[in-house]
This record gives sequence, C-alpha cells and structure tokens, in this order.
Amino acid sequence: MNAWLIAPVALPLFAAILSLVLRTRIRAQRIVSVGANATALAIALALFNAVRTDGILVLQLGSWPAPFGITFVADLFSAIMLVLSGLMGLAVSVYGLATIDEARERHGYHLLFHVLMMGVNGAFLTGDLFNLYVWFEVMLMASFVLLSLGGERAQLEGSIKYVALNFLSSALFLAGVGILYGISGTLNMADLSLVLDQPAHHGIINMVSMLFLVAFGIKAALFPLFFWLPASYHTPPHPVSAIFAGLLTKVGVYALIRVFTLVFRQDVDFTHQIILILAAFTMVTGVLGAAAQMDMRRILSFHIVSQIGYMVMGLGLFTELALAGAVFYIMHHIIVKTNLFLVAGVVQRLSGSNELKKIGGVYRAAPWLAVLFLVPALSLAGIPPLSGFFAKLTLIVDALRGASWVMAAVALSVGLLTLFSMTKIWNEVFWKPAPEGTQTLPLAAIPLRERIALLLPIIVLATCTVGIGLGAGWMFDLAQQTAEQLLDPRDYVNAVLGVTEAP
Amino acid sequence: MTSLILRTAARYLFPIIMLFSIYALLRGHNEPGGGFVGGLAAASAYILYALAYDVAAARHLLRIDSRTVIATGLIIALGSALVSVVLGQPFMTGTWGELAITSTYKLKLGTPLFFDIGVYLVVLGVTVTILFALSDQETEAR
Repeated sequence: MNAWLIAPVALPLFAAILSLVLRTRIRAQRIVSVGANATALAIALALFNAVRTDGILVLQLGSWPAPFGITFVADLFSAIMLVLSGLMGLAVSVYGLATIDEARERHGYHLLFHVLMMGVNGAFLTGDLFNLYVWFEVMLMASFVLLSLGGERAQLEGSIKYVALNFLSSALFLAGVGILYGISGTLNMADLSLVLDQPAHHGIINMVSMLFLVAFGIKAALFPLFFWLPASYHTPPHPVSAIFAGLLTKVGVYALIRVFTLVFRQDVDFTHQIILILAAFTMVTGVLGAAAQMDMRRILSFHIVSQIGYMVMGLGLFTELALAGAVFYIMHHIIVKTNLFLVAGVVQRLSGSNELKKIGGVYRAAPWLAVLFLVPALSLAGIPPLSGFFAKLTLIVDALRGASWVMAAVALSVGLLTLFSMTKIWNEVFWKPAPEGTQTLPLAAIPLRERIALLLPIIVLATCTVGIGLGAGWMFDLAQQTAEQLLDPRDYVNAVLGVTEAP
Repeated sequence: MTSLILRTAARYLFPIIMLFSIYALLRGHNEPGGGFVGGLAAASAYILYALAYDVAAARHLLRIDSRTVIATGLIIALGSALVSVVLGQPFMTGTWGELAITSTYKLKLGTPLFFDIGVYLVVLGVTVTILFALSDQETEAR
C-alpha cells in the first residue's frame, strides 16, 4: 500500500493535465472532474483503511532515504484529512456541475480545481517542512486564480486582501524554514523532532516556533490576522467558496497541529499557552464579527474563524483528550462548513441573493432545503445529537478537567452565540416572508438534472453530519487513536527514519 | 516592426538557438544546464521569431497549440516518474536501461532524462503561452 501514497497527488495532476488537453471540450472536462474526484475519494478511503490496520505508511520519494529526500507519510491524522478532502472534492465537483458558468469553465476552472486538490493532498501527506511550503504554494496559486476567476469587482477586491496576506504568511513560513535549517541542518519533520529534543537551543527554537505560528496562523485565519478571510470568501462562486471554507483554512490548522505536536514540543508551557490565548480571542472575535453581518456567506465566513478557534484550542490544551477533540472538531467542521456554503448557493439560486434583508420565504418555497440547512446549522452550534455537540463536548470537558475555567466559559458562550447567528439566518432567510417585490422560487423551478447536482452533495454531507453524531462513539475512538499518535511521535519518527524499535 | 536585417537574421538564428537549447538540455545531466534553461532558450527562439515577423507566424512555426506543449511536457514528466512505480519502486526513483544501437555502441537511457525533457517542454510551453498572450493584447490595444 506504501506505493499508493503518491496517488492522492499524482491523480489530481493527471486530471489537471487531462483538463488542459481537453480545454475546449467542457463536457469531457466535467466527466474527468467528477471521475477523478470520485477515484481520489476511493483511494483516500483505501489508504485510511490501510493506515488503520497496518499502521503508518511511508514513501521515500525517488528512493532517497529520509532525512535526505522527501518523505510522504500517512499516519491516522493525515489519512483522515485525505478522506475528508476526497469527500469535499467529490461533493463540490458534483455541485459545481450546476453552478459554474461556462465562461469560467472555459478559462480553466476544472484544471485549477484539480491543482488545488493536489496542493491540499500534498500538504496533508508530506513529512518535510520545505516540501510543505511547496504544497502550500501550489494550493495558494490555484486558489488565487480560482478566487479571482471571472474578474468581478467584488472578487478582485477580495483577492487582493487574500493574496497580500497569504504572501506575507508564505514569506514568514519560508524565513522560519530557513532559520530552522540553519539551527538543525534538517527539514525532515521526524528528524527535526529528534534533533530539537536536545536542550541546547531552546530560546531560538521558541522564536522560530513563533514564526511558524504566525505563518500558519494567517493561513488558518487565527486571531489577529484573520480579516482576509471574511473579506474574500463571500466573493467567488459558491462551489469555490465552499471548498475554500471547508478545506483551505483547515490545511493551516493541520499544519499547526502537525508542527506543534511533532517539532515544537520542547517548551509547551510557553508555546501552547500562547496558542491557547490566541484560540480564545479567535473564537470570540469570529463569533462577534458574525453577529454584525447581514449576508449569509459573510456570516458563515466569520463562523469559520470562530470555529478555527475551537480546533486550535484543542492544540493549545495539549492533552490527549483535547487533541482528540480537535481532530473530531476538524472532521465535523469540514463537512458542516462546506455544506452550509453549498446551501447558501442554492438559496442564492432560488431567491437571487445572499443578503438577509433582500430575501426571505425560503421555507415556504422549499421546505426540504430548510431542513437540509438546519442539520449543518444546528450541528455548527453544537446541538445534540449532531456532530458538533460531541466535538464541543470533548473540548469543554477537557478544559474543565484541566481547570481552564476561562477557556471552558469562552467555548460555551461562543457556542451560544453561534446558535444566535444560525437563528438569525433561519429567521431572515427561511422563516420571514419574502420582502416586497422579491420572489423566491420553489426547488422545482430548477431543471431536474441541475437540481440533482445541487442537492445530492448537500444530502450526502448532511447524512455524514448526522452519521458522525450517531456514530460518535466510533468516531471518538478514531479521534483518540489519532491523538495518541500525535502526542507520542515515536512511531511516526521510527516509521519515517526506518528505525526498528529496540526491544 | 519590420526590419529586413532582423528577419533575415532570425531565420538563421532560430535553428541555432533551438539546437543550443537541446544541447543545454542534454548537457544538464552532469553539468550546468538542464530542462529549465533549455526550455527558456527554446522559448527565446520563438520570441525572436515573433518579434521579427509576428505572433501568428511564430504560432504557425510551433505548429501545435502552445498549451498542448505544456500538457505533453507534463505527461512526459509524470510518466517518467511513474515508470519506477510500475517496476515496484518508490515514485520518481531513477530507472536506467540500455539501448543497443550497434553491438559496440550502447546508449544508456534513464527516466531523469525524460523528466528533464518534460520540464523542457513545460517551460517552453508556459513561456511561449504567456508571451503570445501578452503580444496578442498589445496588438488588440493598437
């Protein structure tokens, strides 16, 4: 199964090349897009299964042994992320069939989507810091173009903020990588974890770790550098928003968790305390920002920020239970957030806008859509028995156990405010009658094939949300195993460096 | 711009630059050079031609769409990296084989060369695509 580790990267690349060859044939490109994403999901599931049964998978690219070459590693955390990215890729590519206009498709929407998935999967798999930077760049280049593709005024305005801050983040990341290489002479994360364990240079390592915290913090939309996110995510077409909202910031969170469990674990009292404080501020500012917004996608964008706070809070508490909570939260959040943006797309289709003041009466026109909105919305707010409840519960229980009363209080009240925002969307978009002079179409107004492409992904993702909630025991076991692996990186290090444990 | 001197020179320079670009590509195996600079040199030949004549003539000279060149290059590079996977080794492992030209002369061929050829084509394709697109806009602006 080790050789298959390259597939999540090679397959999207191949699909991107195919879309380039088929650039004038849009129908063929669509088939390639859905086919490739479905295959990617299948491969991700197979890899996940292999990791669960056989342990960590390692691939030394070009047969150059670690720590000299680039290593691809799949532990449970990576495998879970791969499955999630596969699922999102498939859901959004199907949804995109009905929403992306032909002009965008002709200008390479499908190609860019494949490149984006390649970058995301590469970032989840790599075990080398510089290589991680490269995958970040691949992902960002594709996302820059996807964000501005179409060239509408609002899109370009959002893109400028997005590009500027992400470039800054990349520069800091690269600087951090350079300094770290200067200190340790290696960039393989497993090797770094060994080298930095020597107590010789704590001070400078803390400094470098802060560079990484800021760099990944910008990408993950952590306080105080989150403002690019709500400024840009509501501008592109809905499928693009959805995949960005679901996956991109979570790549930043993934990188944070990976680096701060594997590499920077020498001075937990200092580094993880800072992370914890940032997490609290992120939660609060995100949710307060959302309360002030009056556009469906903008509200949801601010909620990404506040939810990122929960995941990072799990990292900051740095216990097994808290990390399990963070992993659980990521699994729940990616699915729910993507789904909410997809629902927002259908609302836009039915009522012509996402501005709360201009629309209404969606419940009357399309009651089932309202139900499909309620599932992820209530899950986001943490209502049992949906997935968000268990994710929040785990984190809050751990905060109480560790006597972090403030964190527990923040997490609880932010959950309440999230419910407020979701209620606001519900009242304004679904419940209140459509404002004078506007009309909300029923679902039947959309042609059948497009209706299937729009609703099928939403239904599947909503089912996943309910499924995670009902199968929370199983999911929690999985999250806990993942957290064990993260907290005790010996297996990871041994697998990468090819050391067999001394008896 | 129409300059008889440039046009005449471009005709003779074009094959020389192309030849040099291939030399740079093959030399890159052990010495400075390689697919990237080779591709840039080749692209410069087309740009020179486009300057001396016009973009349409340079496009005609390339015969196939420059984006197809990119795709071909990518496929060659990806294919060369996948050879080792088929042989049961990790992705991108260098794999070598011998091609017997006569009984005494043998040509040693490896996947790194094909990867480099892929890079060459991608760089050529990308550079030419960008510059053709830019000069198209320039003509439109006029």
